[in-house]
Amino acid sequence: MTSKEQLIALHTIVVKEIRRFMRIWIQTILPPAITMSLYFIIMGNFIGSQIDDIQGFSYIEFIAPGLIMMSIITNSYANSVSSFYSSKFQRHIEEMLVSPMPNYIIIIGFMLGGVARGIIVGIAVTIVALFFTQLQIHNVGLVFITVLLTSALFSLAGIINGIFANSFDDISIIPTFVLTPLTYLGGIFFSINMLPKFWQTVSLANPILYMVNSFRLSILGITDISLQSAMTVMISFFIILFFVCLYLLNKGIGIRT
Amino acid sequence: MSEHALKINGLNKVYKNKVIALNNIDLEVKMGDFFALLGPNGAGKSTLIGILTSLINKTAGKVRIMGCDIDTEFSKAKSQIGLVPQEFNFNNFEPLVEIVKSQAGYFGMDKRIAGDASEECLQKLGLWEKRKSTPRELSGGMKRRLMIARALVHDPQLLILDEPTAGVDIEIRRSMWELLSKINENGKTIILTTHYLEEAESLCKNIAIIDNGNIIVDTSMRALLEKLNEESFILYLKKPISEKLKIPEYQFRLIDEKTIEITLNTDKSLYKLFSLLNEQGIEVLSIKNKSNRLEELFLKLTSNSNS
Repeated sequence: MTSKEQLIALHTIVVKEIRRFMRIWIQTILPPAITMSLYFIIMGNFIGSQIDDIQGFSYIEFIAPGLIMMSIITNSYANSVSSFYSSKFQRHIEEMLVSPMPNYIIIIGFMLGGVARGIIVGIAVTIVALFFTQLQIHNVGLVFITVLLTSALFSLAGIINGIFANSFDDISIIPTFVLTPLTYLGGIFFSINMLPKFWQTVSLANPILYMVNSFRLSILGITDISLQSAMTVMISFFIILFFVCLYLLNKGIGIRT
Repeated sequence: MSEHALKINGLNKVYKNKVIALNNIDLEVKMGDFFALLGPNGAGKSTLIGILTSLINKTAGKVRIMGCDIDTEFSKAKSQIGLVPQEFNFNNFEPLVEIVKSQAGYFGMDKRIAGDASEECLQKLGLWEKRKSTPRELSGGMKRRLMIARALVHDPQLLILDEPTAGVDIEIRRSMWELLSKINENGKTIILTTHYLEEAESLCKNIAIIDNGNIIVDTSMRALLEKLNEESFILYLKKPISEKLKIPEYQFRLIDEKTIEITLNTDKSLYKLFSLLNEQGIEVLSIKNKSNRLEELFLKLTSNSNS
């Protein structure tokens, strides 16, 4: 397959993925916007008004980047895990497997589908956030890089979950028992400087902390983690997850007999 | 270019539960052939097709498609195959035209060419009017035709059909036979698995029978049918038989007073039989084969293989 043909195949998967989640926007785009509105109302307005400023920002301003990042993380993950698993379940993944396109194109296609949903939901949540607070972007380039890396990374994690899933229960176990706790403990609602020393050290093992802080740095200009550490963690995870996906697909695990 | 559309050497498949699905299979399908791959359920047909289309990993052996090794030239090999699987495997929520177009896209076809090819295939399979419907709105026969349209969209040299007419009514089945014959006449190689043996007999030039993971027959359809040394016919008579019937050298039995079943060795002529009947004033109104010839052979061969 020539590079041009591979690009056509990739474009086909991405368009198909975007069409899929846009067709069911009431299930995919609207709920995170509504959920985040509730977070802004309850955590930001009602509770936040009782909390002192953090690093010179009101509580609602402080949590806004984290909430946007949380919706990007959960939606990019949810998109790839549900899409990959349902294509396995309905067996239309075979349409791709019998074609000459290499496995890395399949992975990038599903990943970009997740990235697209993450970004669209991120934009929707940002619009919601603007009803409650003012957001000034501190570093546009960093916003772009953080959003892309985070959504790509979690899309890849979603693909791995989809590869191993054998039932619809299996696609909700990781989001419920791993992703949600890590997200809530990933510094969205607090600065790790507010934690005792021991828990600060424990928090550093949570990769989501690096993404949330990188994004907060890009929007507010404040962070608990150095940008270099955040980038190292994100890029490392991205590379590792990509090659794990590629290994699994090349081996045919979960998709070939 | 290779003279073989498919060449298999020493192909083995052992599943994790130690079941040997394919046992050291060798098979060749010539370019332009219409090849029947028959076998009882669980014989290994779908495993073999799965390996050819890379849906199943092989344990050992070599497979070449249009001269391309599926291990080392997988992209080239796969681009030449069109697969119509046994089970429906499309996204039930997507319009037909998108399903076919996406398949073309996966094979790297340019958007405009993919659009034209999708229209042509859907037209050919009589589904163009339904192009905006989703598979959920189609009948079983239409879904089968959709799978054929999808398999043809990238103009493959080798078309593999795994029971393509299962559950399809006789009218559509006949029209599918016509279509497949035309595709074959246009130079495409076709490998067909089916449980309708009259389908294989009327369409295919060569045949392999697989049983318990072994190829037990690999020959031309004509050579195989010649192996059958006797055939049974049902004769419908004009008048009831009043006296005892005398047709020496022929095995026969009376089904009722106006119907006879006769078993003929292939070296005996029907002409002689009719002469004998004529001498006794018995007039035959019509005659038919008692059963499909290939079906008889198939049963005989697979039962031999099992014993």
